[in-house]
This record gives sequence, structure tokens and C-alpha cells, in this order.
Amino acid sequence: MPSARMSTLARLQGAIDRLEHGLAEPLRRQPLGHAAVDAALQGGLALGALHEVFGEGSAAGAATGFVAGLARQASEQRFLLWVRVDFAARESGDLAMAGFAELGLDPRRIVVVRAPDADSALRSAADALACTGLGAVVTELWGESRAFDAVASRKLSLAAQQSGVTALMLRIAATPQTSTAETRWMVRAAHSPPVEGWGAPMLETSLIRNRRGPTGRWIMEWNCDACRFREPQTHPRPLVAAVADRSYRTAVAAPRRLAG
Amino acid sequence: MPTDRIERLSPPRDGSPAEPRVVVAKRDNALVLVACDARAAQGGLTPGMPLATARAMHPSLDVIEHDAVADAALLSAIADWCDRFTPLVALDGDDGLCLDITGCAHLFGDEQGLLTALLQGLQRQGFAARAAIAGTAVAARALSRGAPRTIVPPGGEAEAVAPLPVAALGVDPGIVRGLRRAGLVTIGDVLARQPSELAARFGADFVAVLRQASGAEDAPISPRRPAPDYVVDKRFAEPVATLEVIMPTLLALARLLIAAMEKSGKGARQLLASFFRSDGAVRTIMVEAGQPVTRTEMVERLFAEKLDALADPLDPGFGFDLIRLAASHTVVVDAAQRGFDSTAHQAEDVAALADTLSARLGARRVLRYLPQDSHLPERAALAVPVQHCPPQTCHETPWPARADEPPLRPLRLLQPPEPVEVLAEVPDGPPAQFTWRRVTHRVARAEGPERIAMEWWRRPEPGLTRDYFRIEDEVGARFWLYRDGLYGREVLPSADGHGQPRWYVHGLFA
Repeated sequence: MPSARMSTLARLQGAIDRLEHGLAEPLRRQPLGHAAVDAALQGGLALGALHEVFGEGSAAGAATGFVAGLARQASEQRFLLWVRVDFAARESGDLAMAGFAELGLDPRRIVVVRAPDADSALRSAADALACTGLGAVVTELWGESRAFDAVASRKLSLAAQQSGVTALMLRIAATPQTSTAETRWMVRAAHSPPVEGWGAPMLETSLIRNRRGPTGRWIMEWNCDACRFREPQTHPRPLVAAVADRSYRTAVAAPRRLAG
Repeated sequence: MPTDRIERLSPPRDGSPAEPRVVVAKRDNALVLVACDARAAQGGLTPGMPLATARAMHPSLDVIEHDAVADAALLSAIADWCDRFTPLVALDGDDGLCLDITGCAHLFGDEQGLLTALLQGLQRQGFAARAAIAGTAVAARALSRGAPRTIVPPGGEAEAVAPLPVAALGVDPGIVRGLRRAGLVTIGDVLARQPSELAARFGADFVAVLRQASGAEDAPISPRRPAPDYVVDKRFAEPVATLEVIMPTLLALARLLIAAMEKSGKGARQLLASFFRSDGAVRTIMVEAGQPVTRTEMVERLFAEKLDALADPLDPGFGFDLIRLAASHTVVVDAAQRGFDSTAHQAEDVAALADTLSARLGARRVLRYLPQDSHLPERAALAVPVQHCPPQTCHETPWPARADEPPLRPLRLLQPPEPVEVLAEVPDGPPAQFTWRRVTHRVARAEGPERIAMEWWRRPEPGLTRDYFRIEDEVGARFWLYRDGLYGREVLPSADGHGQPRWYVHGLFA
């Protein structure tokens, strides 16, 4: 199986990396709850590292939900600092604490920093990453940003590595670019299962960069009670509804590959 | 004072003998002199004289219109400068300042030394000033007008003010006129009368002023700012201008300040650093802290952030000759040992981080959210600065416990809600299709309505009842839409009389 070979290759690559960089202790990892994802991530989300989440402008809600889920799992009972630029609130709406509470986060442990621009947001995030009282720092930028370049991402990575605080970048309406991130995700909304009424958040997540493992694409569901991701519970219909009039061999998921 | 302001703006050129200068304002439909400079005063002009009369006496007058706002700003700047003598500085009328120097004179040698330093300082800045020191504010005011540079020994007020004209009291001109008509010219004459006679004729207020002038009773002045709890300052013989000197000075002051506060077990929540420039301008920088400041490093960090983030940097000009650090708001600090409870440590660390970020970005940008007892989504959470509500106080109201059902409230809330074009069943069906930001979404799934009535007890008029729908479109994106109003019952009036409820998108779900 190609994916198994990929995974072996990645594990070896990771071993070489560790030997080369003298990284004595492996990264602490937090299992996300979705078996396939955890396998690809070698056990779970690496704590004390930088992770990037991208979403199109129309997927702002889904991307926010995914980051909130990651942040909840990375920070456990500790504080969460959410730095967002003012423009993000104008474009995709302000953070609503009632919604966060329903996802299982405790709004009493969330501190929101409203930064006027990307520069000050990144600077605040870098400072916050040195604070060991925090569990995770989310930096939310909107649109393409010249401020978040290789230097800035390196700075965040190092700060996260030193303190063990997890750094999450939420990039809405931005194109993924090379950075020092441990993982990079592309998120969009997925259909709710057809049988249920209004269900838990369903997310279609593509892991498009993984420093120590294979990439992949999964449907993840956020379980508000256990505060973990999980596989979609009931999934009787295919990802894309069958279109009546098409040839048998048409690639059903082709238009969806844009993100990958 | 107005003429001094103009003089400072345009210093006279050498050699050219300037004309007498007067400042005029319109009073009762006539131009009246408000102020005149030294040359005009020598020529017999006095404030209050009509401009026509003044012109008749001096055909070549330099007439300038009165600018009350600029004068007030100047007086306020002078008051700032006077902060170096005492923290209690009050404005006195349009052109006077009243300083409470209780316990401050010894810093300048004695009262004479303070008076000389004050007058010399003002003269250097180009002001003609008169001052006097007395036991009560009214006596000092009267003496500074009638007999400047007087220093009244304790208890000698009545004697000192007795020879002064009644006008020096600064009371209503009508009273002065009345007294003069009665043959009472000096304050001494008035003091000799029975207070009851004066009260019957001129009112009890006048008697109170008179008693204050004679030192029989005292009224407190109302200072411009409350006196800080702790103050330390450092004077420089030579003005300093570089940040390399300013920062260590601030640190040395912080050490003194914190040592002083420690003795009474206090910590500062608000610190003011004042930089007195040698040309009289004063710049005050304030930092606030959510947790009381008890260590020098915290002062250093907060001021470093603040000075770094200033939109208009500290301009030393020709240098600062006095730097002052004051703790304007202090609280009692329990000298508690740090416990083993790790959550308490976390909260402290987060509070320290919030202080740093607030110093840089402003307190209104570092926020926490408190739950509010309101059904309206936009009022359900109240954003408060972390500094005003530090995370230690976690015994606050918990957020409503989550019901055992999928999320019913969105993660992101659009403020204000954005109007959308909707195809929906009339009167109260869910939308079938909607267009938001020029993109058409076909609705795959809708849940609702959830009816939220407005809070009718609020004013002004609270708006219309909203029917909220949770919507999933054909790609799975989830929205929170509402119809503003009810068909036939609650609609905003329109031009044709058949108002239609409008639709809005209010939030995004994950």
C-alpha cells in the first residue's frame, strides 16, 4: 500500500531529523481522537510547535471551529490566548463566546487580543508564546499577509518549542506558503449526515504538510461532549451526492481537490 | 496673561519700539479691553475699558482678539508646570492658579525660596506673574493682587489684607460698588463692620469670603488632579535628553517608590511618569496594571512597552530637568507566598502577560468575556479589559452549562448583521435560497425558527422580533439567518405601505 510505504518513509525521515538536530526528547503529542489522523500525525498533534490552518473566506466558520478544537485539545484546562486582527472581525465576524462554550471550551479561560494589524498581532503572539501559563496561542490573520514571512514563522516556532506552548495560525482567505510549521491544514465544511437533524460540526480537513509523516484528507466530526474529534458516526451516503447525468468514470471528488 | 501668550508666540524684533498691545473681546455689544501689556498699562489703559476710549487715548494700538480657549490651554500648561512645587494645583478664575504648598516649602529652603523659584521660573518662560503666600486661598489671592510677594506669617491674614482695596477679594463687582458707595474702601473697613449687617446686605457668601480672607476660617481648594498616593522625583542640575539616562532614572525612582509602598504593604495599579521639560512643557505617561506592581522589573517592562508604543514619542526638546514617578492608584497587597497550586501560577502569568500587551496595545484591546443575562446574541457576552477583571477572580458567574445537544449558537457573530436576499416561504417558512455578499447559497438543511423577542424594557425602541434559522447550504457551510419582523404583524413601514420583513445573516457556525 502506498500510504503504508509513505508512512514508513516519513518515520525514517523523522528519525534522521531527530538524529541530525540532536532533538533528544521527542515532541509531546496530543491525540486528536480520529484514528486515521492520529496515525498520520505519529500519535497526535505535536505540542509546543507551530501549526497552520487555512480556510477560504467562505469556510471561515469551519476553519474557526477546527482551530478551536485543536486549541481546546492543546490547552486542556490551561488558558487560551486568541490574537486576532481587527479586519478579521469585520470580514468573518467577531468571536462569539456562547458558541465556544457550546463546543466545550471555557470562555473564562479565553483571553482575546484585538490587534490593529498583522505586525502587532504576530509580535503579541511571539510574546505570548513565552508565557508558560498559556496552553495555546491562536493568531488569526485575514487575507494574504506580508508580515507573516519565513522569519516570523521561525520566530513563532522557536518560541513555541522553548516554552512548550502550542502555536496555532488561523489564516482565512490566504494561500498556503512555505513556513516552518509542523503541520499545515486546509479546512472546509462537510455535509452533515443526512439522517440527523442539526448535528455536531463536520469538517473536511486536508493535511497538506506534515513534517514527520504522510499527508491526507479526512472528514472529522467534533464531539462536543468528549471535546475530541472523531470519525463521522453514521455515514451512509458518499462524500458527494451522485449526480444523475454523468458518465460512470467521472472523478467525483475532482473539484474538491482544489484545496489539497 | 493673554498678552504674554502673544508675546511668546511673536517675540518683539530688536530695535523696533512696539506699540502698546491690548486684547479685546465683545461684551454687551461693545468691544472691551480684556488685557493689556505693560506699555499699555503705563499709558493708563486698564482692562474693562471700551476699545473706543482706549483708541482715543492711544491712536496706535496693537489690537488682538481674545482667544479664551488658547488662554485656558496655556493656563493648564502652566498648572502642569507648577506640579513640580506641589501635587495640589487648582485653577483660580481665568488667569490664576492656587497652589496648596502645605508641607512642600521645606524642599525649596523655605517659603521665600519657593516663592522666588516659582516667580523666576515663570519669568524665564516669559510670563509676568504675581504671587503671595498666605494661610487661606482667599487671602493669598487678595494679596497677590494688592500686595504681591507678601508672605503672611501664620495668623497674620487679617492684618495683612486690611489695607487692600475691596476689589482685591475678587468678589462680584456689584458688591464692590455697593461697599464703596457705603464708604468702605479697604478690606479693613469692611472687616470692622458687624458680619450680620454685611450678610443682610450682601449675602452670607460674601461674609464667608471675608472670614476666609481674614484667616478666621478656611475652605479647601479643588485641585485639578487628585494627589497621588506616593510620589518620588529626581531633579537634574543639567537637563537630560537621552533615553540612556531617562530609563535608569525611572528605574531608580521605581526602586524608591516600591520601597516606600512596601513599608505600608501597598502595590500600584496605576503609575504616572511625568517628564518636566526645561522649557516648561510637561509630558505625563500613564501605565496601568491588572495585578498590583510590587517589583521594579514590572515597572521597567511596562514603561519600556509603553514608551515603545507611543504614537508621538517622548520629545525631550532641550532636555528634562525633573522626572517624577507617582503611584496614583494603590491597593493593599497580601504578601502571600506563592502556593503549589499550579492554576494560580498560570493565572498570575497570564495577568502579567495581559499587562504587557495592554501597555502596548491599550487596555481596550486585551479582553475577556463575561456572560450576560440576555437572550439577544449580541448582548450575551460582555467584553471587559483583562486588567479590570484579572483572571484570578475565577469565582465569577460560570457560562451557562451546555445542553446535551449540538451547538445552537454560532462561533462567529457578524456585527452588525448583514442583509441578505432571501427566497422563503411566506409567512414564516425557512429560506430556500439566499444571496450573501453576491454569492448565492442554496439551502440544503434548515432548522428553526427560534424566535427571539426584543427586550421591550430597553430604550430607545428595541426593534422587531427575530426568527432565527440555522442553515446549512449545499456544500455544508453553516449560517445563522434571521428574519427581522413578522409578516403582517411586525414590519418596518415602507413607502408603498406594504412593508416586508428583511432577512439578515448574523453568524457563522463551524
